[in-house]
Amino acid sequence: MAVPLPSEEAKASVGVSVPRREGHDKVTGRARYTDDLEFPDAWRGKTVRSTIPRGKLKSLTLDPAFDWAQVVVVTAADVPGENVVQLIKDDQPALAEREIHHREEPLALIAGPDRDTLEAAARHVRIEYQSLDPVLHLEHATRELARVDIDKGDVDHALQEADTIVEREFRAGHQEQLYIEPQGAIAVPSDDGGITIYGSLQCPYYVHKAVVRALGLPDDRVVVVPAEVGGAFGGKEEYPSLVAIHAALLAVKAKRPVRLVYERHEDIAATTKRHPAVVRHRTGVTKDGTLVAQDIEFVLDGGAYCTLSPVVLSRGAIHAAGPYSCPNVRIRARALATNTPPNGAFRGFGAPQSQFAAELMVEHVAEALGMSSIDLRREWMLRVGDTTATSQQLNESVGTELVLDAALQNAPPVAVPSAPNLRHGRGVSLVYHGSGFTGSGEKYLASTVAIECTAEREFRVLTSQTEMGQGTNTILSQIAANALGVPYETVTVAPQDTSIVPNSGPTVASRTVMVVGALLADAARELRDKLTTERPPMRVDKTYVQPEWIQWDDERYHGDAYPAFAFQCTVADVQVDLDTGEVRVTNLVAALDPGRAIHPVMAEGQVEGGVLQAVGYATLEEMKMEDGGFVNDRLATYIIPTSLDAPKIKTVLVENPYSGGPFGAKGIGEIPMDGPAPAVMAAIHDATGIWLDELPATPEKLLVALST
Amino acid sequence: MPYPRFLKPRSLAEALGQLAMTSDCRPLAGGTDLLVTLHAGQSHPGALIDIWSLDELKGVREVDGAIEVGAAESYTHIIESPLVNRHAPALAEAARTIGAAQIQNRGTLGGNLGTASPAGDTLPVMLAADATILTSRRTIPASDFFVGYRTTALEPDELIVAIRFPRDGRRIRFRKVGTRQAQAISKVVMAVSLEPARVAIGSVAEVPLRALAAEAALADGDLERAVEAVGSDVRPIDDVRSTATYRRQVTQNVLRRLLSEGAS
Amino acid sequence: MIAFKVNGVRVSIDAPGARRLLDVLREELGMTGTKEGCGEGECGACSVLIDGEVVNSCLVAVGQVEECALETVEGLARDGELTAIQQTFIDYGAAQCGICTPGMLMAAHALLQRNPTPSETDVRMAIGGNLCRCTGYTKIIEAILACRTRAS
Repeated sequence: MAVPLPSEEAKASVGVSVPRREGHDKVTGRARYTDDLEFPDAWRGKTVRSTIPRGKLKSLTLDPAFDWAQVVVVTAADVPGENVVQLIKDDQPALAEREIHHREEPLALIAGPDRDTLEAAARHVRIEYQSLDPVLHLEHATRELARVDIDKGDVDHALQEADTIVEREFRAGHQEQLYIEPQGAIAVPSDDGGITIYGSLQCPYYVHKAVVRALGLPDDRVVVVPAEVGGAFGGKEEYPSLVAIHAALLAVKAKRPVRLVYERHEDIAATTKRHPAVVRHRTGVTKDGTLVAQDIEFVLDGGAYCTLSPVVLSRGAIHAAGPYSCPNVRIRARALATNTPPNGAFRGFGAPQSQFAAELMVEHVAEALGMSSIDLRREWMLRVGDTTATSQQLNESVGTELVLDAALQNAPPVAVPSAPNLRHGRGVSLVYHGSGFTGSGEKYLASTVAIECTAEREFRVLTSQTEMGQGTNTILSQIAANALGVPYETVTVAPQDTSIVPNSGPTVASRTVMVVGALLADAARELRDKLTTERPPMRVDKTYVQPEWIQWDDERYHGDAYPAFAFQCTVADVQVDLDTGEVRVTNLVAALDPGRAIHPVMAEGQVEGGVLQAVGYATLEEMKMEDGGFVNDRLATYIIPTSLDAPKIKTVLVENPYSGGPFGAKGIGEIPMDGPAPAVMAAIHDATGIWLDELPATPEKLLVALST
Repeated sequence: MPYPRFLKPRSLAEALGQLAMTSDCRPLAGGTDLLVTLHAGQSHPGALIDIWSLDELKGVREVDGAIEVGAAESYTHIIESPLVNRHAPALAEAARTIGAAQIQNRGTLGGNLGTASPAGDTLPVMLAADATILTSRRTIPASDFFVGYRTTALEPDELIVAIRFPRDGRRIRFRKVGTRQAQAISKVVMAVSLEPARVAIGSVAEVPLRALAAEAALADGDLERAVEAVGSDVRPIDDVRSTATYRRQVTQNVLRRLLSEGAS
Repeated sequence: MIAFKVNGVRVSIDAPGARRLLDVLREELGMTGTKEGCGEGECGACSVLIDGEVVNSCLVAVGQVEECALETVEGLARDGELTAIQQTFIDYGAAQCGICTPGMLMAAHALLQRNPTPSETDVRMAIGGNLCRCTGYTKIIEAILACRTRAS
C-alpha cells in the first residue's frame, strides 16, 4: 500500500485560511445548539433560587393549592451522590441544604411538561429563610479562598535605593461573558440507569466528572456530548457542570429527558462573572527610568464559592508585573469570599485585571519621570534572556519589541477634533499572556489525544477540545494534516462525545492549539511513520509529558510558569464628549505575536472579538449590585458594544515561532482581552488629562472627573 | 399563563368597537414593548387588539397646515418620509436613534405615546413641536398627554389615531444621550426650539417634560439663565441606567450645546 | 388557523394569535435556525423578514403575520446553493460561534435587498440591532461589504 506522500499542497494547510469546518451549517441554520435539539416527550426544567444573599433555609414547602402530580421537584435530599459541584474545592453544593451563601443560589428544581405549568409550580414553592448579615463588598471581605505569593530579589531594599517611588491603586468591576446563547443542558436518562448530557459547554470531562459524582453513577454510565456552542468565553468552563447536574437530577426523577435552558435574565443574574479586583502598585525607578522594584498587591472578589478562583488568582498574579524585566518583584495575591454569586472563568482569567493595573502603572511612572511611556516600555520590556516575576528565563519567541513596533507603524494619524465638545486621544499598552495551564498544571492534567487512520486512508482526530466559535475543528485538522503530510480535506474530527474521545483536557487557558495541537502533531507524525510499515486501520494515542526543561515550584511560585507567552501591543484612539462624558473608541490597532498563525483569518477573528470585549470592559460593561444581586440582569441594561460602538479594528499578526508549539504556534485565545482596557484608559487621559484608575470608564464617572 | 385572546379587526371602526366591548384589552401595534412584558409575565391583558395593519392608522400626510403621522406608522417609514424630513426633521432624527432596524420597522409613534415611558425618544420632539394627538374621540395637546409615570390622558377605550406636527417652520434641535450608539435607551433625550422657546426633555422625570423655567429664560433671550434654570426644571433619579447627578449635569451641558449651535 | 408563507411555502398554524412568532417557528414548524438570545428585542438573534422588512420574531405575535411572507435563514440558500452573503460569511470568517449568524444574515439580506451598494456606515447601522460577542463585528462588516454589487 502506498504511503501518503507529503505534497506541497498538503503542506500548505498550516498558515492558510482553509474553509471553516462548521461554516456551512452555521450560515444555513442547520447547526444544532442545545435548545435546537429535539427529544420527544422531553420536559422543561426550572431552578428555584434564593432571594437573599446569606442565611439559613428554614423550610421549603410545596403549597397544596397546586397539583404537584403534574411536575417533579428535586431538593438537596434527592441528590443520590455527593451534593457537591466537582471542581477545585468541595464547597459548592448542587442544591443548597441549609446554608445560603449568595443570591440566586439554587435551592430546588422543578420539571414539568411546559413553561406555564412550571411557572405556576414555582409560584407555589414556599421558602422560609433566616437571614444573616452578608458580606457584600470586597472591602469587608476577610475569608480567604486562595493566596499566591511571588517573590524575586529584595523589594524593600530596592525601594529604599530607588530615586522615585510611584504608588497607585486600581479597581475593576465584574464583567459578564455574555455569550449570546444562554446556558443550557438536556439530560436523557437511559434504561440502564445511565445519563447522557447534551449541552452548551467547553469542557466535556469536567461535566462528566461532576455528574458522575453528584449522581453517584459509575464513569461509564455518564456520557457528555457538547452541542454546538453559541459562545462561551470561559462562562461555559465550570458553570455547565451545575446546569448538567441539575438537568440530570430532574431527568432521573422524571424518568424522561429534561431540558434546562436558562432565560437571559436568569443567566446574567445567576452565573459566574469576571472577578472584581483591587490592585495596588508601588513601583521604584531610578532617575533615568530604570525599573528597580515592583511591589504589587492583587485582591480578587471570588464571590460565595471557590469555583476556579485559585487558578484565576494564580494567572492574574503571575501576569501582574506586566511583560517587564524587573530584578525585584513582590506580588501578594488574595481571593476573598463575599456573599455574591460566585465569580469564575472569563477569557483572560485574572490577567486583564492585573495587567490593566500594570499598564496604567507604566503610564503613571512615565508621567512622574516626564518620559514617554513608549520609551519607558522599550527600556523595561522583556527580551530574550530576561526573567519574569516568577524568575522564568525566556529563551525564545519573546515578541515585545516586534509587536510594539508593528502596532505603532500601523496606527493611523491621530484624529483632529471635529466639534468643540469633542477631544481625541491615543493610548498604548503592552501585555503578555502565557499559553496552557500554569506551572505543573499540564503535567497533572496529562492530556491524551488520538488520531485514527481508516482502511480507506481517511484520518480522524480525537480530542475533547470543543468548538465554540474559535475554530477548533478546523485548526486541529490543519495541524494533523500538516503533520501527516496529507490534504486538509482528508482529516475529520470526531464529535467531542466522552464515550468516543479521550480526555485531552478542557478547552480553556489558550491551550488548544499550543498544548493539544502539539500533542496531536506528535501523534500524527507517529501515525505517518507507522503507515510506512503497517497497513491501516490503525490508531495512535499520545499522552502529554511535560518537557524536562520546565521547572516549576508550586510552593514558592517560582520557575517556568508557562512554556511560552503570546505578546500584544494595542494602540487605542478615543473620542471623548466633554458634554456627556461618553467615550467612543474610534480606532484600535492590535499587533500580536501568536508564534505562528495556523489559520490567519480565524486568528484575526480571535483578536477582533477579544479586543471588542475588552473595549466593552473599558467603557460600557458594568454589573450593578444591590443587596448582593445584579440589578441589570437584562440585555437592555447590561450594555455590550453594538456594531456602531465597535472601533475600526486592525489586527497585525507578527509571527515569531515558538519551537515547542505546533509549527511554531502559541495560544492567542485570551491575550486580546488583556491589553485594550489600559490602552483606552491611557487614551482617555491623553484626551482629557484625567486618570481614571477604575474600570469601566462610564460616562457617569468621567463627567464627575471632568467637572472637578 | 394562558395567552390573551387575539382580536384582529379589519377596520378602525371594528377595532374601536372591540376596544369598547372587550374588558381588559390592550391595543397591539408593533409589539416592541408589549410583547416583552407579556412574555416576561409582567402584563396580563385578557385580550390583544391587533391594530398594526389598519390602513386608517398608517401613512404620513399633510393636513390643515400640519404633518400628520398615522399612529401605527413605523419609524422606518417616518425616517424615509420626504414630508417628515422637510417639515419635521427632528422627528426623523429621533426615530433614527431608536433601537435599530428591527425596532424601527415595528415601533410606532402611537406605541411610544401609549407606553408613555419617560425615556420615549420621540416624545420630547412632540412636546417641542406643540404636536397634537388625535384620538378616536378628541384632540389632546402633547403637553397635556403625560399625566404621571407611564400614565396618559387616554381613556381605557380611547385609541390614538394620529399625531399632528404643526408646519410652522420652527427649527427643533434634537439630542439623545443613550446607553450606547444603537439599541440604546435614553439617559437624557432633548428637543429644543428657540422660537418659540421650547425645551422638552425625556428620562429626567417621571414623565417627558417641558422645562418651563428654562423656556421662560429662553423667551427672554437669556441663554445662560436657561441653562441654569433647566437644572431645577428636571427631577432626575438614580436608576439602573444612570444617576440623577449625571442626568442633571448632562441636561445642562446638552442644552447649552444645542443653544450655542442654534445661536451660531 | 393562521396562514402565512415561510420561505415561499404556505403554512397554516393552529396556535393562539398572541403566541410569539419565534416560538411558532422553532416549536410548531421545527425551524430552529432562528435563535432566541434574550426574548426582549435586544440581541437580534431571532431576526426574520416579514414582507422584506427585518424584525425581531420574539416581538411579533403570530396572529400579526397572517397572510404575510416570511423569510428565515433556512430560506436563504436555494436548492442547496448558498447565496452570496452566506458564502462571504464563510469566506471572511464572519461566523464564529454562529448563534448570532442567522439573525445577522437576515439583517444583512434585508439591507442588501434595499440597498445593493451600502457604505460601511450603512452596514454598521443595518446590523446595529444584532449583537455579536465573538467577532468584534469586523469580519461581519467585511463579509457584507463584499456582497455589494458593483454600481454600473
